[in-house]
Amino acid sequence: MTAGPESGRLPSAYLVPGSSSFTEFLSAHAPALLPSRRPLPPQATLDAPHGTTIVTVTFRGGVVMAGDRRATMGNIIANRDMEKVFATDEYSLVGIAGTAGLAIELVRLFQVELEHYEKIEGTLMSLEGKANRLASMIRGNLGMAMQGLAVVPMFAGYDLIEDRGRIFSYDVTGGCYEEHDHHSVGSGSLFARGAMKKLYRRDQAAGDAVRVAVEALYDAADDDSATGGPDVGRRIWPTVGVVDAEGARFVTDDEVAGVVEAVIADRRDNPGGAR
Amino acid sequence: MSAGMPFYVSPEQLMKDRADFARKGIARGRAVVVLQYDGGVAFVAENPSRALHKVSEIYDRIAFAAVGKYPEFENLRVAGVRYADLRGYSYDRSDVTARGLANAYAQTLGTVFTQESKPYEVELVVAEVGDTADGDQIYRLTYDGSVGDEHGYVAMGGGAEQIDAGLQQDWRPGMHLADALALAVRQLGADPAGGEPRTLTGDQLEVAVLDRNRPRRRFRRVQGELLTRLLSSEDPTADVPVPDEDDSPRASSTNPQTQRDSERDQDRDVDGGADA
Repeated sequence: MTAGPESGRLPSAYLVPGSSSFTEFLSAHAPALLPSRRPLPPQATLDAPHGTTIVTVTFRGGVVMAGDRRATMGNIIANRDMEKVFATDEYSLVGIAGTAGLAIELVRLFQVELEHYEKIEGTLMSLEGKANRLASMIRGNLGMAMQGLAVVPMFAGYDLIEDRGRIFSYDVTGGCYEEHDHHSVGSGSLFARGAMKKLYRRDQAAGDAVRVAVEALYDAADDDSATGGPDVGRRIWPTVGVVDAEGARFVTDDEVAGVVEAVIADRRDNPGGAR
Repeated sequence: MSAGMPFYVSPEQLMKDRADFARKGIARGRAVVVLQYDGGVAFVAENPSRALHKVSEIYDRIAFAAVGKYPEFENLRVAGVRYADLRGYSYDRSDVTARGLANAYAQTLGTVFTQESKPYEVELVVAEVGDTADGDQIYRLTYDGSVGDEHGYVAMGGGAEQIDAGLQQDWRPGMHLADALALAVRQLGADPAGGEPRTLTGDQLEVAVLDRNRPRRRFRRVQGELLTRLLSSEDPTADVPVPDEDDSPRASSTNPQTQRDSERDQDRDVDGGADA
């Protein structure tokens, strides 16, 4: 690979003391591997799969992030069981909306970035630090965003200093904003936000937050054709991640199935759902 | 004409001087022992510092231990993390191997030894834990870039020969962690001059394991109360707990392609295959 053609020794760039950022190391040493360094032909637009709706809800002592499983390409369903919520390290989750290929590459890079920092510095990065690192990666993608390949992630994590779950949203220019209580991004986000506004209770328990997230996704899928609803036939359920003082984990498919089935049962003959 | 002419030094003499210089530097430091136990590979260093590590995580299954000059091996450690992360990022996590890293270190140390004004005064171990003890790999690298493929145990640093002899006598395959640690600590505390052995306690030691029973990131530092319990001959604790209390799902979490493997192990191959 990059270990120099003439010998197997580590290239001198590896031995330069300094940055504990993997992205900075890549941009100096292997810039072609960075998603933001790929030039696009001017004026070209292309159809690529897009991820759709992500919702995030806080609860007492943590935060829940959930995403539907659909990726669309125009009117086509490009993928019906895509994962769009990822654990980025021990205490954080990221969900992605926008161009799926770029977004997944970005998450991969972000995951390595956090682990790299942890290994080199011997300590975890602060939650704000992680949110800012993600912002700078989005900023690097602005050129592609202007040609229709936008990536809009949402970041949520447990703040070990403040002992609470926190949510950060982003815009295509890399703007990073802290959100309170709940937030949603993606094509179905308007409907999901409306649902969460009505369902959210401050200081609710984790289980209630999971229910709110699943129900908000249900509402998003109800009104947005690009958001996938729960697929009872194929048993494809939303991805639901939880992060609290114990760390980040995923709710198992069986548990999510139970929540989804409860939502569906409650909505029979009552399409508006809970009041 | 001859004013700038240096005295002739034979290549043999030059290499010998360099080797003596590096060996002296390395022998001044406190020793590190790396040894296999039934659940993986253990690293034990006499190191009172909590901040300046001699043992570190490189990648999922790979760890690094070093003796000698701190700034030099720290530099090599960071280079190793960069090598591993870059390789894992551009290929796959399973393509990062201890053998590859040991080769890169060997070439680097060898080049520095012959070409730079002074050799690195370091000795390294790169170890990888396998799914079974047969799959464990331990590579020892010396200041001149020689690589040794070790089995069972390695000692490096001050008094390494005596420690090695002690390990050869008492190390057995399939030891429990507590027994392996006790053996390593006993050897580290022995006086090479034959005097009264020292009893090393938890806060004078840096201990870590590559635990084959952990998911994904197998490196774990063993410190505080757990280390005290493992070192105590009265306490029944013989291994790191699985699943242990301060463990977390980080293990199954850091790659979009692999993060939910643990849940799906039953019905699909764990190859990090494309979910998305």
